[in-house]
Amino acid sequence: MTTRTQSPGAIVIQPGTIVPGRARGVAPLRREGPAKLTGAAKYADDLVFPDAWYGLTIRSTDAHARFVALDLDPAFDWSRVVVVTAADIPGDNIVSSIKSDQPILVPVGGEIQHHAEGLALIAAPDKATLRAARDHLHARTEKLPAIFDPLESDHEFARYAVGSGDVDAALAAADLILEGEYRVGHQEQLYIENNAMIAVPRDDGGVTVHGSLQCPYYVHAALKRGLALSDEQAHVVQAETGGGFGGKEEFPSVIGLHAALLAGKAGRPVRMIYDRHEDLAATTKRHPAIVRHRTGVTLEGRLIAQDIEVIMDGGAYCTLTPVVLSRGALHAGGPYRCPNVRIRARATRTNTPPNGAFRGFGAPQTEFAAETHLNRIAEALGISPLEIRRRNVYVPGDTTPTGQVLRDSVAGEEVLERAAEASEFERLRTRLASARTGRVGSGTIPGSPLRTGVERVASGIGLALAWHGAGFTGSGEVHIGSVASLELTAAGEIRVLTASTEMGQGTKTIFPQLVSEALGVAYDDVEVADADTAFVPNSGPTVASRTAMVVGGLLVQAAGRLRTQVEAATGGRFADTYRDHAATYGPIRIDQRFEPYPGVPFDDATYTGDAYPAFGWAACVARVDVDLDTGEVHVRDVVAADDIGRVIHPVLAEGQVEGGTLQAVGYATVEEIKLRDGRYLNDRLATYIIPTALDAPRISTILVEAPFGSVPHGAKGVGELPMDVGAPAVIAAIADATGVWINDLPASPERILAAMADLPAVAGLRPGASEPATT
Amino acid sequence: MSIYRFVVNGAETEVDVPGMRRLLDVLREDLALTGTKEGCGEGECGACTVLLDGAPVDACLVPICQADGADVRTVEGLAGPPGPPGPAPEATLDALQTAFLQTGGAQCGICTPGMLMSARAYLDAGGGPDEDAIRDAIAGNLCRCTGYTKIIDAIALAATPAATLATRERTGGTA
Repeated sequence: MTTRTQSPGAIVIQPGTIVPGRARGVAPLRREGPAKLTGAAKYADDLVFPDAWYGLTIRSTDAHARFVALDLDPAFDWSRVVVVTAADIPGDNIVSSIKSDQPILVPVGGEIQHHAEGLALIAAPDKATLRAARDHLHARTEKLPAIFDPLESDHEFARYAVGSGDVDAALAAADLILEGEYRVGHQEQLYIENNAMIAVPRDDGGVTVHGSLQCPYYVHAALKRGLALSDEQAHVVQAETGGGFGGKEEFPSVIGLHAALLAGKAGRPVRMIYDRHEDLAATTKRHPAIVRHRTGVTLEGRLIAQDIEVIMDGGAYCTLTPVVLSRGALHAGGPYRCPNVRIRARATRTNTPPNGAFRGFGAPQTEFAAETHLNRIAEALGISPLEIRRRNVYVPGDTTPTGQVLRDSVAGEEVLERAAEASEFERLRTRLASARTGRVGSGTIPGSPLRTGVERVASGIGLALAWHGAGFTGSGEVHIGSVASLELTAAGEIRVLTASTEMGQGTKTIFPQLVSEALGVAYDDVEVADADTAFVPNSGPTVASRTAMVVGGLLVQAAGRLRTQVEAATGGRFADTYRDHAATYGPIRIDQRFEPYPGVPFDDATYTGDAYPAFGWAACVARVDVDLDTGEVHVRDVVAADDIGRVIHPVLAEGQVEGGTLQAVGYATVEEIKLRDGRYLNDRLATYIIPTALDAPRISTILVEAPFGSVPHGAKGVGELPMDVGAPAVIAAIADATGVWINDLPASPERILAAMADLPAVAGLRPGASEPATT
Repeated sequence: MSIYRFVVNGAETEVDVPGMRRLLDVLREDLALTGTKEGCGEGECGACTVLLDGAPVDACLVPICQADGADVRTVEGLAGPPGPPGPAPEATLDALQTAFLQTGGAQCGICTPGMLMSARAYLDAGGGPDEDAIRDAIAGNLCRCTGYTKIIDAIALAATPAATLATRERTGGTA
C-alpha cells in the first residue's frame, strides 16, 4: 500500500499527471527487467572467456603476525599453475583508497594485520589443480600480539568534534540527565551475488576487468596505481551486479587487482569468483560502534544538551572509515533541535578484517543509539514517544550543530505524523498496554516457571524517526567534480553516459525517465550506455544515495542544454527535429560538470557549515510479538514514511524503502557476527542469517515528497534512508512488549531473556542516574 | 564419467560427466544455461532453485546422477520462444514473469530465477493469492533487495484468475 501525502512546500501529484521539470506519468517498467526475468542477464560468473583460468587467494590465518616465508612444496608440479606474490606487483603495493595503508598482498617480511589478509595468489587451468596447488603451499608466520577491542587501540584512523553552545552549563541546568551506552556489531551486506571479477590481458600491456561492482572509477584508479597503467590501459566494465549495498564499493578494488595480477602473469583471462564462505570471511562489514549519550532535558521533554561519544571499529585498514565516521558523527544527535551539543567521534584500528561501506554509512549505528536513547528519555518522563518527537523534531529555520540552517525540504514532522497516523500508533500503544496489564498473572502456574499459551506472547509497538544527509558529506561532491554526459549520435540516438551503476536500485530506468521528460521524447527513445570506463565519464561512485539527486540532476541539466541547442538550430520541437539535426550536423555530446549547490560551504577543519545539501526524513512504526519463554521476536508489520524529495518512479522507490526496512529489521533482530581471536565464527550462510519471507514483516510504505529546490527535478535520494530508522523502531517495540531495553544489537533471544531475567532498566532512570553498560 | 540422460526445458539432453557433479554445474558450465545462479553452494539461499520433476530443488545439492531420467526446468524454460523483433520484449514473458515485471518483484535480479522457479512450483500445485501461503512457498529463497513485499505481490497477481482481474478493472476495484 502506498499513499503520497503533502508536506510543507510539497506538491501533491495525482497519478498520471505531468508536472513541468520532473519525470512523471505512467512509470515505465524496469529497463533491464526482462533480461533478469528470463535468465539472459549476464552477471560476472555467467561471462565466458575461452581458456580462462581460475584464481584464488592464499590468506593469513593469523590476526597479527610477521609473514616469514611462503613455502612451495617441491613435490608439486608448479609449472601447471602461476603463483603471484607481492614481489610481482608492478606498481605500488597499495589498494588505492583514502589512506595508502592497505597492501594488495602482504610482502614476505611484512606485517599481517588480519586473519583474512591476502598473502599470495594462485591461478590454474581447472579447479582441481587450483585446490591441489593451494594444499601444497604453506605460509610461515610469527604471531604478534593482536588488538581486538577498539577501545584498547591507540591507532586512530580519524577523529572529529562537532558542537555548538555550552553543553556543561546546560547539563547543570537540566531537569533530568539520562546516560546510556549503546553497542552495535558487524553487519554483512549479503548481496546474493558474491564478489566476482574476471581480468583479461590487453594487447597494449594493460588489463580489462569485468566484474560485480558499484564504482567503476574506483577500480580504475586502483588498477592504475597497483599495476602502473595509463588511463587507457586500465579498463573496467561492470557486469550485471547482483546487489551491492556498499559491499561492492571499495572491495572490488582488491579483488580486481588480484585478478589482474594473475591474468598478467598467466597471460590469459583469470576468473576470481568468491564463494559465499570467502565472501563472508574476507570482505568488508558495517562498522561496529559504541555510542555513549549524556542528555539533559526539561521536564516537558525538550532537549537542552546532548553530549555524545562515538567509537567505531575500523578493522585492520582505513578503507572508507573516516567518511563513515564523519557521517555517523553528523547524524549522532538525531533529527532534533538542541542548542547545546558536543559530539566526539573516533575510529580505531583492530586486527580484524577491514570494515567499510554499508547502506547508511555510519548513520544507522549512531541513529540507533540516538533514537533508543530518546525513547528511554520519553519513558523516564512519562511522555509518549510520539509526543517527545513532536516537541523536538527539526522544523524549517532550525539550526543543526554544524551551524547549518534547515531551510529547504524539511519534512521531519510530516513523516512522523504520517507514520503515526497510518499505523494508529497512539491507539494501538494504549490498547496493547492495557492488554498486557490485564493479563498479568493470568497465564502463570503458581510455583512453576511454565506459562500457558495465553501469556506466552507479548505484543508491543515502537516508533523511531531519522534524518539522512542527501549525497556526499561536506565538500565531498565538490572534490569529486562529477561529469555526466548526454549524447545525440549521428544516427539520431540519444544516449546517457555515466559511471553510475545499476545494481537493482533502478539507475537504468530513472535516467531515461528524467532525460526523456526533459527532452520531450518517449522513454524508449533514450538509451543508457553500459558502465564501461572506455567511454563513460566519471560521474562519481554509485554510493551515498547520490545517483538520483546528483547524477540525475546533471542529466536533466544536460538534456536542457541539448534541447536548447537543437531547437535553436531547427526552430522546431526537439522531439520532431533531433533526428534530422543529427543527420545534418552530426553528433552532439553534452558534458555536464557538477557545480556546488547554493548554501554555506562546509569547512572540513572546523566541521561547520552545510554538512549536506539537504536531508531525507523517515519515520518507522514497528509492531512485534515477543515469545516470553524463548525470547524470539516476530516483527509483524512495519509502517515506513519516507520523504525522498520528488519521487521519480514510485514502484522503484517503494522497493528501496521495503528492502532497506527489512535490512534494518535484520540488523535489529538476527544479524550478528561473532568473533574469536579476530576471526568471524559464523562465516557461512548457514550461520550468518538474514530474514526470509517468513521472518519479514508486512511493510507499508508512505512516500512523502518535500522537493529539494537546488536540483531541477527535486529528488533527494532514497537508498540509505530506510536503513537508519528500522532498528530503533523494532527495539522500541520490544521494550514496549517486554519492559526491557536492548542496548546492544541484535535483540537476539539470548539478549532478551537475559535482560528480562535481570530486570534491569527503567526503574533506575532517575534524574542524574547513570545506566550501567550492558554487554 | 558416465552418461546421464534427462530432459531440460523440454529438450532431450545427454551429458558424460562424473555422477557426483552438481546439477548446477552441469546446467551452467556444460549446458551454458547460466540463468540458474549460485549464491551459497550449500542449500541456504535458493538462488539455484530449479524444478526436478516439478518439485523445487537446490541445484547445488543435487548430484547429476539423481537427475538421470528426470524432467528439469530452469528459468530459461519459463518464457515462450522469442516473438518478432519489436519494442516489447516482455511480450514473450509468461504470466508469472510479467507479474514480477509489473509489480517490481525483481531488483538486482540475482535471486529472481530461483524465486520464479519456487513460485512456478507453487502456482502449478494450485497455490492461490493467499499471502501466508506464498511466504511459505518462497521461504527457501533469500532476497536482500526487496523486503519480499513486491515478490509476494507478483506471485499473488499471477495466482489471481484473469477473470477476477478483468472484473476488478471494470469495476475500478483494487487488489
